[in-house]
Amino acid sequence: MRAWHPHTPGERLGRFALTLGIVAALAWAVRSVEIIPEFLADAPEQMADLLVRMWPPDLAHYPQGVHAALMETIHIATLGTLLGIALALPFALMAARGICRVPALNMLAQLVLVSSRSVNSLVWALVFVAVFGPGPAAGVFAIAFRSVGFVGKLLAEALEETQGGPVEALTAAGAGWGARMLKGVWPQVQPAFWGIALFRWDINLRESAVLGLVGAGGIGVVLDDAINFFQWERVAVILLAILAVVVLAEVVVTRIRARLL
Amino acid sequence: MRRAAFAPNWPLRLALLALGLYAIWATAQLGITGERLWTGFGEAGRFLARMWPPNFARWELLLEGMLESIQIALLSTALGIVLSLPLGLMAARNLSPWWLRGPVRGFIAVCRSLHYVIVAIIFVKALGFGALAGVAALTVASMGFVAKLFAEAIEEISMKQVEAVRATGAAPAAVLLYGVLPQVASRFVGFCIYQLDSNLRNSTLVGIVGAGGIGGTLFAAFKRFDYDFVAAILLSIIALIFAAEVISGRIRQALR
Repeated sequence: MRAWHPHTPGERLGRFALTLGIVAALAWAVRSVEIIPEFLADAPEQMADLLVRMWPPDLAHYPQGVHAALMETIHIATLGTLLGIALALPFALMAARGICRVPALNMLAQLVLVSSRSVNSLVWALVFVAVFGPGPAAGVFAIAFRSVGFVGKLLAEALEETQGGPVEALTAAGAGWGARMLKGVWPQVQPAFWGIALFRWDINLRESAVLGLVGAGGIGVVLDDAINFFQWERVAVILLAILAVVVLAEVVVTRIRARLL
Repeated sequence: MRRAAFAPNWPLRLALLALGLYAIWATAQLGITGERLWTGFGEAGRFLARMWPPNFARWELLLEGMLESIQIALLSTALGIVLSLPLGLMAARNLSPWWLRGPVRGFIAVCRSLHYVIVAIIFVKALGFGALAGVAALTVASMGFVAKLFAEAIEEISMKQVEAVRATGAAPAAVLLYGVLPQVASRFVGFCIYQLDSNLRNSTLVGIVGAGGIGGTLFAAFKRFDYDFVAAILLSIIALIFAAEVISGRIRQALR
């Protein structure tokens, strides 16, 4: 009797090798990562203690200490998104092969977009704190520089998917470059553009909440202070405020997207 | 009168005007002035000059931190995936009853809403400094992402196969194993690879708040104005992320 297998011997060998590789990697990680057993043992106790200290949240602290910082966070996220989009537009146009027909410029723009994306916004914040000094200016620029890669990449993809017809018609009518972009290309990428911008704003709002930990302004500064002074009731209020804003932003973004698209 | 070829879009223009006014007002609120930016750009030149050339003299410290980051990423992804399986099943609308689904979905939403660095701070306070806090924080983030997408994938499966397996008199475990999981397995593997990729990025950062990995070394170098070492660390992180992206892209293609 012949036994039937869903995979060829080669495939089975590959699967076995993959499983072995994963197990070996995990075993290496577990064995060599520095985890102190005592810390692991009393972890549940410590977590419970932390939660008890956080309760009840110090709601009275919100108007005097948290509100202004929360508003600052929202401003940082929004201004950073606007600046990021403004910086991303030329690179997106340069990276899109249908718009810019010089391969060298395509490559250059792609390089800029990739390097913007591979540095995390918190690292950008460290860099800009060194440049501008601590404060919201560093936060705005960190958010903007991280957004350039994201917005630029997605926008360039949208630009490459546009149809050539309208642009050709405008060219035939004698329209200049600006008019071709504004009346031929822009209407086609507009829905994608608003979607990308809103999506990035939503992400930026989450990220700008932590920028303050490295001194780049916003609610992170207040959070850092409260944690350093062990004021856990205040930490709880700040966390609740961040949670509320993030959830609210998600609802708003979903609403606007449903209306726009 | 001749009709304009392109009618002006007044709502859009007004919205853009409002956005512009907001930007000016918010800039003033944050106290960002042209003078400050100008000084900053001067500083940026000096900063970049001090970063060059990158200093790899302390490569042992660098390597140690990078390896710890990779370990954190591997462990948190594995733990996150193992925990996401039951969570995803419990959160799926078509398999789980409402009294179970509601709380589980809420839990996943909370995991997703909090930024991993904030979660890392809390775990550093609760579990002490070191890699353990990083693993815990990234596990929470992985659960939020993988479990949500897994639940959505399960909601899209065809119930015919599930019913067929159930009709043979199979136990609930067998129904899951032979009716549900084969339909979502390939997408699940895709989510897991994506999550490993993003955990690798994030594990290079949790060290900033003391949760282990290269981030701690990076933050210390920044504080000591060791900018040439900072440049070396940043280049290594970018190289690691780039390599991970290439490898995960290969795996994804091989799976297809």
